[in-house]
Amino acid sequence: MRVYARILAAGFRTQSRYLPAAFAGLLANATFGLLKSGILLTLVDDGGGEIAGYTAGTMAAYVWLSQGLLGSVNIWSLPGSAERIKSGAIAVDFLRPVDVQLAGIADDVGRGVFALIPRGLPSVGVGVLVVGMAMPAQVLPYVLGAVSLLLGIALSHSLAYLLGTAGFWLVEIRGLQVLYMGVSGLLTGLMTPVWLFPDWLKVIALATPFPAVMMYPIDVLSGRTTGADALWLIAAQAGWLALALAAGQVATRLGRRKLEVQGG
Amino acid sequence: MSRTTPETAGPGTARPRATARVPADGRTPSSDTIVEVRGLSRDFRVRDGLKVRRLTAVDDMSWSIAAGEAVGYIGANGAGKSTTIKMLAGILVPTAGEVLTCGLRPVKDRKKLARRIGVVFGQRSQLWWDLPVRESFGILAAIHSLSRAQERTRTDELVETLDMGDYLGTPVRQLSLGQRMRAEVAAALLHRPELLVLDEPTIGLDVLSKQRLREFLVRERAEHGTTLLLTTHDMGDVERLCDRILVVDHGRLAYDGSLDGLGRTVGAERVLIVDLAEPRAELAVPDARHLRSEGGGLRQHLAFDPATTTAARVLAAVSEQADVLDLTIAEPAIEDVVRRIYERATTSSS
Amino acid sequence: MGDLLRPYRAVLASRIRAQRAYRTSFRADLFGTALVGLTEMAEVIVLFSAANGTLGGLDLMQALLVFGLAELAFSNADMMFGHVDSLAQQVRAGTVDVLYLRPQPLLAQLVTSDISLRRLGRTALAVVVLIWALAANDIDWGPRAVALLALALVCGFAIFCANFVAAGGLQFFLLNAEQVTNAFVYGGRHASTQPATVWVRGITVIFGFVFPMAFCAYLPAMLLLGEPGADWLPAWLGWFAPVAALWAWILALLAWRAGVRHYQGGGG
Repeated sequence: MRVYARILAAGFRTQSRYLPAAFAGLLANATFGLLKSGILLTLVDDGGGEIAGYTAGTMAAYVWLSQGLLGSVNIWSLPGSAERIKSGAIAVDFLRPVDVQLAGIADDVGRGVFALIPRGLPSVGVGVLVVGMAMPAQVLPYVLGAVSLLLGIALSHSLAYLLGTAGFWLVEIRGLQVLYMGVSGLLTGLMTPVWLFPDWLKVIALATPFPAVMMYPIDVLSGRTTGADALWLIAAQAGWLALALAAGQVATRLGRRKLEVQGG
Repeated sequence: MSRTTPETAGPGTARPRATARVPADGRTPSSDTIVEVRGLSRDFRVRDGLKVRRLTAVDDMSWSIAAGEAVGYIGANGAGKSTTIKMLAGILVPTAGEVLTCGLRPVKDRKKLARRIGVVFGQRSQLWWDLPVRESFGILAAIHSLSRAQERTRTDELVETLDMGDYLGTPVRQLSLGQRMRAEVAAALLHRPELLVLDEPTIGLDVLSKQRLREFLVRERAEHGTTLLLTTHDMGDVERLCDRILVVDHGRLAYDGSLDGLGRTVGAERVLIVDLAEPRAELAVPDARHLRSEGGGLRQHLAFDPATTTAARVLAAVSEQADVLDLTIAEPAIEDVVRRIYERATTSSS
Repeated sequence: MGDLLRPYRAVLASRIRAQRAYRTSFRADLFGTALVGLTEMAEVIVLFSAANGTLGGLDLMQALLVFGLAELAFSNADMMFGHVDSLAQQVRAGTVDVLYLRPQPLLAQLVTSDISLRRLGRTALAVVVLIWALAANDIDWGPRAVALLALALVCGFAIFCANFVAAGGLQFFLLNAEQVTNAFVYGGRHASTQPATVWVRGITVIFGFVFPMAFCAYLPAMLLLGEPGADWLPAWLGWFAPVAALWAWILALLAWRAGVRHYQGGGG
């Protein structure tokens, strides 16, 4: 376990070298945050101060938390491991005495957690200052929120890793990646809260792990979902994470066997 | 960027006289000076954490190159070679001083100049990696407004002399490094430039590819009178291609002259690298200089001049003193040569 | 004239040939860009369906008219100018230096150095949405409506292109923070699909006037629909879309010139 902690710490440190890029990302986040709050708060207003359980305060919290999380979760790109799988360089990684899957994910999660400092917190800061987002006054939602956030970040990187393992069998996984990007952008609740979806789309979304990446952590952290319901969301996240890790482990083993049998 | 109408005049247009100014030192200006550099300096601002430092890459350099010359521009990494070339080509503005390339001010007259010089950056391809070589040539011909007839004649000539017939239809990304470098050189020469600038043209090439490229450049120069300016880390390039060398050190001109005389003995030195069975103190061999030892004396570098001795004789002398497991013969590192030339230049001038 | 354009035509033709050469991955890419457009549309549909009849003064079909206009202009601009947005990356790779060695203006070379035909997938979706919205809305068809439609598409395209050029110019300064330009390139795209009535004041200033995104789709659409527009952005301003496009280009070319000077002078 110490090994993964160190890899995680290294990922955290590398990321700190890209501070200018992080601040640039923050500016883009803030712009999108302002655009999203404009239309979503109008929606709440038109609905008489509440829509799908959101008040102006919790809707603003949704906007700025979702923008703030963008630097930490990965729903767009393939992880570094995918490139190594595609090129066959992963064969070298198998020789090291660490688990290829966990090492790759730990590195990405380290970077993701670091990004909370230059991108996550300031984004929330902008939200509090500019639009007056509501954040819970008790301590418990923050504790549960931190757990949920970490699970969400870990889940996003575990799913990205799983996507990358398709490279063991497919020559070109770009098509798959594009499909993943499109679907996850909508279903994680990045573009609009999942709870605003028409019923049929909501059912589809909840049957996938995507809401557990962003929507659940935001709900728990903003105090929109509390108590036993919040614990249920966290349990669902943990379940999805276990599933994604197990699937990734199986895919990695099968892929490794294929590499060893066919020599890449 | 000046946004004037792109020039459409073909190669037949009368060219401005290369140099109209009288140099400050009173030398008679030669009417066919191709590159003229006067007091040229270039600083960079380098961000080092939060501090901003000024770094002088080129420091008050003055020299010129006459039409038809072949000049080796050598120096250690970071000596200011690429910066100078970028100023000659109009990519960078000098901090101070002037540069005239083909009689033109490179930045102001960039578009005119582009028709008259060719540049090969060893690491930056001007070919389209996903297209066959032939198509890249076609596009470059269009870019330089060559007529179909000019394009055909020149392409045929280059394909033949550079022996590219086998891979004209191959996408650039599938070429070997040697093949790609030949294609790069051809691409830079397609519009018959008066000046060809080569930045590390033979880096990474195998012996045969190097040899081919050098032969071609010698021939191109003889047939078309193309002026060559090349930066290189390879003493072989300098010896076989250049009749004059400029040595830069820390942005300053350290030596300007022929390879004959000053440079030859230094440049012609070979280095025998021997791996010994057991560590030894510095070997002392007649007619050879001990350069350095590695691994506590397991590997030793010995420099010798082929004019006074032979590799066989040096090896024989080494074998008398120690068991030789393996050996390599290398050309001296350009850094060593530069250092020695620099030392000589400073001692002879003082 | 034909001679002047020959270099650009040669490069572009080769780019098109190269992209068509890889048919399967090209098809996947076409599908991919269409899918991206589809999720953007899904966002509009989700929001306006969740609304109580109208949102920001528009109903769903009116909102899709704004979306279709903006999306079509953007995907065309992205196809032809999108790669200018990756300038920082090209500077790092050294490909910008190679452009200096060719006898054409730098910006013209850069713009014509590539064309992303895969964006046609997104364009196709935008055309479908636009036609659907034009048919479903109550539009007084006549020369005025046709002129407005043409005005919106041409000026919208020009404004989005100008944003890409401005991004390129600024990236000469922002070699390690090039994502700054995402704020107005992609933020601007997002803004252009929204009803301007929901904007907070700061956004109205930035995307109504500095980067005139409201002129790409919203204002011309309000004229087409006979709707009044927003505070500070009344519908009649839509007729001034060409002025907005001109302004965007002035800003873009100034940014580009400053960037090139910086590259040759201080940076590098």
